[in-house]
Amino acid sequence: MASGYDRALSVFSPDGHVFQVEYAGEAVKRGTCAVGVKGADVVVLGCEKRSAMKLQDTRITPSKIGLIDGHVCLAFAGLNADARILVDKARLEAQSHRLNLEDPVTIEYITKYVAGVQQRYTQSGGVRPFGISTLIVGFDNGGKIPRLYQTEPSGIYSAWKANAIGRSSKTVREFLERNYKEDMDREATVRLAIKSLLEVVQTGAKNIEIAIMAPGKPIEMLPVEDIENYVKNIEQEKQEEAAKKKTGRTPGQGSAAILTRSQDEPGDH
Amino acid sequence: MYADHSFREILLGITGKDFTLMAASKAAMRGATILKASDDKTRQLNKHTLMLYSGEAGDTVQFAEYIQANAQLYSMRNDSDLSPSALAHFVRGELAISLRSRKPYNVNLLLGGVDPITHKPSLYWLDYLASLASLPYAAHGYAQYYCLSILDKHHHPDITLGQGIKLLTMCIDELKRRLPVDFKGMTVKAVTKDGIVDIEFDDDKVVKSA
Repeated sequence: MASGYDRALSVFSPDGHVFQVEYAGEAVKRGTCAVGVKGADVVVLGCEKRSAMKLQDTRITPSKIGLIDGHVCLAFAGLNADARILVDKARLEAQSHRLNLEDPVTIEYITKYVAGVQQRYTQSGGVRPFGISTLIVGFDNGGKIPRLYQTEPSGIYSAWKANAIGRSSKTVREFLERNYKEDMDREATVRLAIKSLLEVVQTGAKNIEIAIMAPGKPIEMLPVEDIENYVKNIEQEKQEEAAKKKTGRTPGQGSAAILTRSQDEPGDH
Repeated sequence: MYADHSFREILLGITGKDFTLMAASKAAMRGATILKASDDKTRQLNKHTLMLYSGEAGDTVQFAEYIQANAQLYSMRNDSDLSPSALAHFVRGELAISLRSRKPYNVNLLLGGVDPITHKPSLYWLDYLASLASLPYAAHGYAQYYCLSILDKHHHPDITLGQGIKLLTMCIDELKRRLPVDFKGMTVKAVTKDGIVDIEFDDDKVVKSA
């Protein structure tokens, strides 16, 4: 550890690593999970919400899903405070783009911009990288094609059909790989997003946040009751499947195990 | 040259019971020439606020869109819109800074809105010297000389939108009758609690002088 190559940001280790950037990646892994799923004509963002403390006012506690512009939505995993700065820069760029070009930003453009800012913070002195990965979703102006991009602390960006970032993102991504289907309708897309999150969120509906984007429409945050319905539905289906597996037993009998992976208690992210 | 040009552009604003009616002339002029007869001298700042502008070509759109971008940035950052009053004071601040710069913006404005919560209509008159006044009805340019007297006589704070449009028609008729400028009709918009709506306005009506 005490190699000295993790002291200054802009110094390589002899084997080509920039340690601070890799540590930022660790901060992302400790952040709550976020997923993005593209359907045929919608794109859905899902977030694991950190369970609120008893006296916390959840109505005015900031969300992990934010709007960059009317047609661009961003979710992040990692350090909340870092995200605030990055989101603000992105919002400024979105309005600046409108003012200068008389056109709203494309999703790819704003992703490139966000990734560009993140890259800059890996190559200049006296700064530390952003400890966040982001999922950026939306529809280009007048377009009908859903877009989903990911950015990382290093400044890498990539396009996806469905992806997860943050805590246990590997589990969720593997789940998405197994269950993703082309051209899902709105219902199926939302359901897949919630189902994938349930792989790692133990507490169910009240700790899940869902945002839905459709072409030319404002962002829609799914009400808690709706999420609860989805969760109930999914749990029931899982129970039935589990019962079916245990041959000789009829559904509903026995305390069929709910197939959720238990996780460590949420970290401070 | 500047004053002459700017004064021939017509901006009108009338508040009523639950709306602010805004109207701007359609002619884009340069010297003695009309360049365009369908110019839109309005910019929407947010759901409940509309700004009309007149003044030096170039300055006007540049300044209005700068204000518009800032208003929208505020809405995105704070998840709520600035009130018409807050916007008016922000615009005044920007004009005051500009006035003391090497090349000030030559822009005159009317800013109309309806408070999204109280539904109270409001109208602000601003000029390039960064004057700001909150008024029940207002005008810029030569239109002031003809319209304010009509509005003094007929305006009432409780008028309906229909009565407001009638009042506006009286003003425009008077301008057509007495102002020696063909301003090519008016763009008319109303700010209500439900947002900003375009108002159909008959530009082809002929008004004979005495």
